[in-house]
Amino acid sequence: MTSAIDTEHGRRTYSAHAHPLWRRLLVTRESAIIGLLFLVVLVATIAVPNFDSPLTLTFLIREIAPILLIALPMTLIIITEEIDLSVASIVGLSSVVTGLGVQAGWPLPFAAVVAILVGTVAGSINGALVTFVGLPSLAVTIGTLALFRGIAVGLLGTTAISDFPEFWTDLTRMNIPGTPMPLIIVPFLVLAIIFGVLLHFTPFGRSLYAIGLNKEAAAFSGINVGLTKFWLFVMSGAVSGYAGVYFTLLYNNARGDNATGLELQIIAAVLLGGVSIFGGRGALPGVIAGVLLIGTLSSALRLAGVTSDIINVITGVLLVASVVSASFLAWLRTKRVSAIGRKKGRAEASDG
Amino acid sequence: MVQTSTSASAAPPALELSRVVKSFGAVVALSSGSLTLEQGSIHALIGENGAGKSTLVKIVAGLYRRDSGDFRLRGEDVDFSNTAQSKAAGIAVIYQEPTLFPDLSVTENIFMGRQPTNRFGRIDRKAMRAEAVEIFERLGVRLDPDRLTEGLSIADQQIIEIAKAISLDARVLIMDEPTAALSGVEVERLFAVARSLRDEGRALLFISHRFDEVFDLCDTVTVMRDGKYIDTMPISETSIDELVRLMVGRDVTEMFPKLPAEVGEDVLVVEGLTSPGVFHDISFTVRSGEIVGLAGLVGAGRSEVVRAIFGVDHYESGTVRVNGAPLRKGRPTAAMAQGIALVPEDRRKQGLVLDQSVTRNVTLAIRKRLAKWGLIWGGLENAAAEIWASRLEVKTAALDAETGTLSGGNQQKVVLGKWLSTEPKVLIVDEPTRGIDVGTKAEVHRLISKLAQEGLAIIMISSELPEVLGMADRVLVMREGRLTGEFERADATPEAVMFAATAEGAAA
Repeated sequence: MTSAIDTEHGRRTYSAHAHPLWRRLLVTRESAIIGLLFLVVLVATIAVPNFDSPLTLTFLIREIAPILLIALPMTLIIITEEIDLSVASIVGLSSVVTGLGVQAGWPLPFAAVVAILVGTVAGSINGALVTFVGLPSLAVTIGTLALFRGIAVGLLGTTAISDFPEFWTDLTRMNIPGTPMPLIIVPFLVLAIIFGVLLHFTPFGRSLYAIGLNKEAAAFSGINVGLTKFWLFVMSGAVSGYAGVYFTLLYNNARGDNATGLELQIIAAVLLGGVSIFGGRGALPGVIAGVLLIGTLSSALRLAGVTSDIINVITGVLLVASVVSASFLAWLRTKRVSAIGRKKGRAEASDG
Repeated sequence: MVQTSTSASAAPPALELSRVVKSFGAVVALSSGSLTLEQGSIHALIGENGAGKSTLVKIVAGLYRRDSGDFRLRGEDVDFSNTAQSKAAGIAVIYQEPTLFPDLSVTENIFMGRQPTNRFGRIDRKAMRAEAVEIFERLGVRLDPDRLTEGLSIADQQIIEIAKAISLDARVLIMDEPTAALSGVEVERLFAVARSLRDEGRALLFISHRFDEVFDLCDTVTVMRDGKYIDTMPISETSIDELVRLMVGRDVTEMFPKLPAEVGEDVLVVEGLTSPGVFHDISFTVRSGEIVGLAGLVGAGRSEVVRAIFGVDHYESGTVRVNGAPLRKGRPTAAMAQGIALVPEDRRKQGLVLDQSVTRNVTLAIRKRLAKWGLIWGGLENAAAEIWASRLEVKTAALDAETGTLSGGNQQKVVLGKWLSTEPKVLIVDEPTRGIDVGTKAEVHRLISKLAQEGLAIIMISSELPEVLGMADRVLVMREGRLTGEFERADATPEAVMFAATAEGAAA
């Protein structure tokens, strides 16, 4: 094969990267968000009383754990230029199923597995409607947002179930012994590593970015676009189901309206973390930093006595600013087209 | 050195550029651009990609400001700092792919942003429509002024852009590769329109990579190379050979270097492939070492057939076999596993993820093969990409440059590298040299020829007849979804192929 292409010009060599490593690592949206996170932590530690107490960390992680968990599959979905708005409703549905199972006398692990399976089925309904019926995910999941929530509330009415086995509720609220870090961080880290590897170090992950940027070219490269999306929605349903079990045990409370509105917080955090709503761009470390940033900021502000409506305003401004800055950076890049032309010119010049 | 048409009357040239310089930072994109457009004449501007044609056009259009040099319109010095100024001065640029508002009518698109109003300040639809009808009549084209532009062919969209230019009374029309996506009939209609505009006394600049069109349409030709003006001459006093020599600065000994290849076993066997309304009963065989050209007009169903073979599209009946093994339909992965590679027609939409790096694009089709224990690392990708980039001599600063920033020819090399890296047995190339410069074109031809010599079975679709005839061992012709002709290399004359591609009742 080699001789077919070698020409009289001889071999060229290429540098793999146009910029040095430090620049590729530091000049990214991800590192900007991570930097901002450290800044907020630093300022809050100095300025906000009690922020440095271990309890702050415990409560913070406990509270944002569902967002952290669901942000993982959500990142993958948004990178393929789709969206899943039904996740919070799946959390509610899973919570109700857990409650009903325990009420019916099932052991909690069994009820939990059933709840996660229900979440998985809910996710596969989303996936099937998007993939096999060919509907846009925005429309599908707005529909199932109402549908799953309706089923959850319908199953349990306005009542709540709150007599869960103490062993399991205590376990859920437990910290890693000797640290202020809640135990939920362990399953989260396991999932984060799984999703991180899947997104950044597998052929599957490579195909997600290609789908998000150009579905047609992805299909022409042998990527099964539909099936790929289907599995993402299944994953999203499963993780949401698991988050529902956690939510129920953490608050010792199964209700149909649990976690209402959580989907918007999750999507906000994912976008803040540098994932493009237009697909094809984003990385998991940025998303995790995005969730932590929103969580830390509101926790610090709350400790500083700021009311929740002001906190919402600040979070909103942050999100808008991050989206605007993304567009601004894109604009800057188009302005630099001439610089790229210069590089190309140089490459051609060195060609001899 | 610019002034060749001394026969010109007293009228000053419609547009005159001399020794225009434009640089971006340290790099000079245009070191000495000169061009003289006479009124009532069609002028061709040719040159390889990167010769400075686009930069020159962008300066005329007001997108770039020149660093130095003279720019005169009808004898008066001008200086544009934006496109509105150049439009107001009577310059219109018609691009390869017009950007219209799909949800507005043809008429509304022509008058976008400057709709005539009646005395109540409301849009005067009647006057607008009447003017649109009048322009179309003048151009001699039939186009419903009331229909939405959505779904119009690129050819019709270009006509709308031209109508827009005329309604603005543009004196200088620049057409940047207008025929790249047009079929033969559409090209003829565009040329008729262009000639009538010339006869009205307007000046036209026609940029094209197709020599037959340049010779068919234009009165004079200017050649550029490496950002410099090379020469201007009347079209009647030059030849393709001379123009190519001027463009590349060397003799292109052979544009189509066909190498002797040993034709072996049947590799790809297609039988009775049918997809209702698209193509019907397509049967052919491609042997190893053989280049089979697939000729026909745009819309004859050639791309659809190869897309069905590759599995991107479904088909209703028929079979495809590779080395005797039947191929599952509708599965690109199955086709790839059996050694089929498809370099698609539209490299920007189908061939590449333009926003991703060269590396990611080259390795996209082999991502599973590169993975070790299911994991893929940047290092593995970079190594694979470097091999193919260097074998194909892709010109890029670094492998992580976004593919969209490369020139058309280099983008095409990336697509070729992406598919050659899959080590195919059957290589299908659909319009492999569309919109790329002469030098790269010859490189691609040489590559395809050598691949055949090494035993690949190759199907080449091309709308450029000289390319098909120059490269193929065997030519298949399609018309309206059916195979209407098959010619061995020796029998494949332009006349015979065109007859099979166009004539009613021609049969294989």
